[in-house]
Amino acid sequence: MNAEAMYAETIMDHYRHPHHYGALPVANAHAHDVNTSCGDEIGIQMEIKDGRIADIRFNGKGCAISQAATSLLTDFVIGKPLDEAARLQKDDVLELLGIELSPMRLKCALLGFKVFKLAAYGYLGSGEYND
Amino acid sequence: MTHHDFPLLQGTINGKKIVYLDSAATTQKPQIVLKGITDFYTTANANVHRGLHTLSARATAQYEAARQKIARFIGANDKEVIFVRNTTEGINLVAHAFAKSRLKKGDIIVSTVMEHHSNIVPWQLIAQETGANLCFIPITEEGLLDMQMAMELLEKKPVLLAITHVSNVLGTINPAKELIRLAHAHGTFVLVDAAQSVPHLPVNVHDLDCDFLAFSGHKMLGPTGIGVLFGKQTLLDRMHPFLGGGDMIKEVHLDKSTWNELPWKFEAGTPDIAGAIGLGIAVDYLMTKGMDNVFRHEQELLAYALQKMKGVKDVIIYGPGDATKRSGVISFNLADIHPHDLTTVMDEEGVMIRSGHHCAQPLMGALGVTATARISISVYTTKEDIDTFITALEKAQKVFRL
Repeated sequence: MNAEAMYAETIMDHYRHPHHYGALPVANAHAHDVNTSCGDEIGIQMEIKDGRIADIRFNGKGCAISQAATSLLTDFVIGKPLDEAARLQKDDVLELLGIELSPMRLKCALLGFKVFKLAAYGYLGSGEYND
Repeated sequence: MTHHDFPLLQGTINGKKIVYLDSAATTQKPQIVLKGITDFYTTANANVHRGLHTLSARATAQYEAARQKIARFIGANDKEVIFVRNTTEGINLVAHAFAKSRLKKGDIIVSTVMEHHSNIVPWQLIAQETGANLCFIPITEEGLLDMQMAMELLEKKPVLLAITHVSNVLGTINPAKELIRLAHAHGTFVLVDAAQSVPHLPVNVHDLDCDFLAFSGHKMLGPTGIGVLFGKQTLLDRMHPFLGGGDMIKEVHLDKSTWNELPWKFEAGTPDIAGAIGLGIAVDYLMTKGMDNVFRHEQELLAYALQKMKGVKDVIIYGPGDATKRSGVISFNLADIHPHDLTTVMDEEGVMIRSGHHCAQPLMGALGVTATARISISVYTTKEDIDTFITALEKAQKVFRL
């Protein structure tokens, strides 16, 4: 895949104007991680209500791929039942992105997804889910 | 200057001619270095120093000849040239075998905010162990050392000043000789991280009067796995060994041992024999070119690249604007584009640049950025390489819709 296709309009748009970017004061699920090989950083906060992702925010810094992938992911999971969203696979995330990536850039694309899973399973495992 | 001597550079990537602009990370190797390593393994391979047979004698002679070449190259005597793996190991050797026993609680080690992690982390570890304090000389907006602050810190009579000769991010050439003179006036010992200077400009340890100086072979056309620590003989003589094992001993008894002479006291175990020989050939190569010529070639290209880059819209260049104050390293950013994305676009054009924090996170903080893109040059870099890089940079502007 050439650079023009990789940095398609949608990717650059999500990079420059990320969706659901910022902090969530009422978050009851959250996680944060860093890609040590490049320094990219993503934090995710969610408000889980009645088993659904009522709201979600992310923050962080990094390349267009990592930021756009996370922005796209937040669009996709908001409003969905948490247990369903938590079962998302990496191929689902790559499909959202719609571009082919080299193994080195795959890590960038999946950092937000990893943090989302950490937040989701942290919540599901915490017992709050059953309340 | 010498592009045709480097086999890798004659190849292509993504169907494009390779433009390698990451020489500060590691350089490519000339054919004679590659051949020299193969020749050693095919005609002289044996362990050094302990064999009485012909092959061991050959290997030892070649290994020690490499040491002599390197000693001449930097103006040291043979006993002062210790083979280590890389700059990092050289610095750690000084931290453990020299600094640790001299430091007590409250003592001061001075370094700078423009250091590579390899000249920060070993001192953090030693400071934690000894209770010493670690202080850093800040940089000016232009990316030069704040000499006023340097003098104030030296007034406190630190035990050691650990300083980079040339910044791997900004390319800043620090006034090492002046700092060493000032430090010595306060009774402070000086270690110079020369990883980015010895490959690019004439360096003479006698002229600098540094106490220790470390550099890596792979950044100066030699193989990976071999580096050099220079130490003044008077200091090395009084130091305890760093690593214990074979070759560094004179006599071993079950209750105690005595140490080999310099420099072997600091070379425990079988060394990187082929690596040292390869580095010796790289030094021959550089000496044939002449380090003055190498420096001039790189300065010309640096000035050319700086001038061309300034003409590209949205390029932010870090470090000294005056090309004479820097070596062949340029860190930059393109508008709001993350350097990793820029690297991906460049790669597609066959242009290899570096991006990230360059193992200098404190410096990134001082510059107010999380990462930069970086080009760095060497003896084989050509004007055409810079032109291709500029064209790729202009392509990136289109890709990112700037």
